Amino acid sequence: MLEIKNLHVSVEDKEILKGIDLTVNAGELHAIMGRNGSGKSTLSQVIAGRDTYEITQGEILYNGEDIESWPPERRALEGVFLSFQYPVVIPGVNTTYFMKAALNAKLKHLGKSELDAMDFLALIREKLKQVGMDENYLSRAVNDGFSGGEKKRNEILQMLTLEPTLSILDETDSVLDIDALKIVAEGVNNYRNDERAIVVITHYQRILEYMDIDKIHVLMDGKIIRSGGKNLARELEEKGYSWLEEKSV
Amino acid sequence: MSKDQIIIDEAVSREYKYGFTTDIEQDTLPPGLDENVIRKISAIKQEPEFLLEWRLKAFRHWQKMDEPDWAKVKYNPIDYQAISYYSAPKDKPKYDSLDDVDPELLETYKKLGIPLEEQKQLAGVAVDAVFDSVSVATTFKSELKKHGVIFCPFSEAAQHHPELIKKYLGSVVPYSDNFFASLNSAVFSDGSFVYIPKGVKCPMELSTYFRINALNTGQFERTLIIADEGSQVSYLEGCTAPMRDENQLHAAVVELIAHKDATIKYSTVQNWYPGDPETGKGGIYNFVTKRGSCLEDHARITWTQVETGSAITWKYPSVILKGDNTVGEFYSVAMANHFQQADTGTKMIHLGKNTKSTIISKGISAGQGQNTYRGSVKIMKNAENARNYSQCDSILIGDKCGAHTFPYIDVRNPTAQMEHEASTSTIGEDQLFYANQRGISTEDAVSMIVNGFCKEVFRELPMEFAVEAQKLMEVSLEGSVG
Repeated sequence: MLEIKNLHVSVEDKEILKGIDLTVNAGELHAIMGRNGSGKSTLSQVIAGRDTYEITQGEILYNGEDIESWPPERRALEGVFLSFQYPVVIPGVNTTYFMKAALNAKLKHLGKSELDAMDFLALIREKLKQVGMDENYLSRAVNDGFSGGEKKRNEILQMLTLEPTLSILDETDSVLDIDALKIVAEGVNNYRNDERAIVVITHYQRILEYMDIDKIHVLMDGKIIRSGGKNLARELEEKGYSWLEEKSV
Repeated sequence: MSKDQIIIDEAVSREYKYGFTTDIEQDTLPPGLDENVIRKISAIKQEPEFLLEWRLKAFRHWQKMDEPDWAKVKYNPIDYQAISYYSAPKDKPKYDSLDDVDPELLETYKKLGIPLEEQKQLAGVAVDAVFDSVSVATTFKSELKKHGVIFCPFSEAAQHHPELIKKYLGSVVPYSDNFFASLNSAVFSDGSFVYIPKGVKCPMELSTYFRINALNTGQFERTLIIADEGSQVSYLEGCTAPMRDENQLHAAVVELIAHKDATIKYSTVQNWYPGDPETGKGGIYNFVTKRGSCLEDHARITWTQVETGSAITWKYPSVILKGDNTVGEFYSVAMANHFQQADTGTKMIHLGKNTKSTIISKGISAGQGQNTYRGSVKIMKNAENARNYSQCDSILIGDKCGAHTFPYIDVRNPTAQMEHEASTSTIGEDQLFYANQRGISTEDAVSMIVNGFCKEVFRELPMEFAVEAQKLMEVSLEGSVG
């Protein structure tokens, strides 16, 4: 589903990603781990199509197509979802209205009929339960006045509602307490199926304990320096990133 | 300019949604302004003598005045002698029914989307449509008559209700008030007159559609609304104008008078031609004086405006809070896109005790637009326990536009409570990316954010106007983000 080949990415002439190769197939759940500043968030933003980053080499294929020229909204409509590390506040724009607009844009793109307010409300109430969120979120402005944890849950809520095929969760776990973490992990596990792929970006192995990970990649200084199974996360936890640093030199 | 030349020029108009002209022959006075022109206007209108005298006084005063230059707007000098001060559809029609109206005129209204015919059935809205300077059709008159409400063209009121005109005209905006108001007082063509009798809640919303449709003819509307003791009225004003290459001057005056316990709600959606989006050429100069007086205790006046059009907007709907316990409100959305300039705000003048005013101003700047909020709150010596709340928010789209805020506060009574909040925000790249990432296009995201920003004002508008206003924002914002 996602195939990244020798991807080099720069911001203002500074190279952040220095040759990434990554293949994620439908049905798989991958984790990308790494320290702050290793390029994790850059990778997720580039996949989502943020134009502040420049691809200098390599390519990103989504379902076999090079998506470099696709604007972010096209990627979204085609099923690419990014759960933001720092969800953006949009004052004055009602959460329900925002999500309904997003879902209807997608339904329209797929040639399906759009949902009216009543149908959407029924749908969103169902999804709210799955992430343990209160209904009063719906009447608030997008992420406005949300706590860190509420913002992250709201991201997962949007994922569950928009039903993307490729989901990239950028440090969704970072500010969650253990209960919230379990709820989010469970939401992701339930969401997973044979047609969907999920990439979890994190620097803690904690969330991975609640998920059935297929593959773990360690990102360091813009490169994937190690890939492996679930055990890699445990090893990292015990020995720290410096263990790999020494090995890679 | 010969009549043929005018017709040729008429034909050469560029595209604009409402950019067409009508071929109805016009009775138009030649360009120029002197006492004779004023006498002619007054004679055509068959006005009572006192009104002509009032016009002449205004004209003599105006001649001694200088055009104001304090607003944060730039435009080329206006040649007041190059303007024609009267234009009317030929043979001055007076109809009881739409069937008698020139079909071409009705066609014009249709193109404009003025639902005159529909509104005949849609109980609730009476329409006094102004075509250039003479009102040609008035509906719902009889229903209003039952309640004793007078809603008619100003010129008709001058003939049939001279005592009311004599008493109230200029009582809130005197003929000497300011340059543009004085000019209006001298040459005003027509407008609306409303009188709501004691204790009457006006059974429908009153609505007027203005339209400018004659080359070089400035529009000088004069509106006078009087709400007698314990009465209530909601008045809606909306307008569109045809495309023009030359700047068109519009200098209207609106006066509101609210007696004891009376409520007047005045709503405006203004969408005149803003000028060429690429060059800023053309477009309407909108220099308007709007003022209301809460004359007696417990009166209330609310101004709500959505200003998206015009090349230049110079407008400060104000309230004089004369009676005790009176309330003045101002809710405004002003947009300046492309090369538009808006300098708008309000004045709240507290004279009575326990008077209260609220100001909510939302300014949107995009393209190279310049948006200025200019507001003044005065608490006079005898205004015990006066309160004001002001909120001025600006939003910037792009980096070539500007937002400016000039709040003037003058407090002469120590019991006053004043609150002022102001904010400036931009539509951030990160907000747009977030929306894009959810599949929402940039254009939709911008209109969503702007509509959210304006929500507090839109909800003050009557339902159908609120919907229209939202659509207007979308259209006006087109092309504001690359």
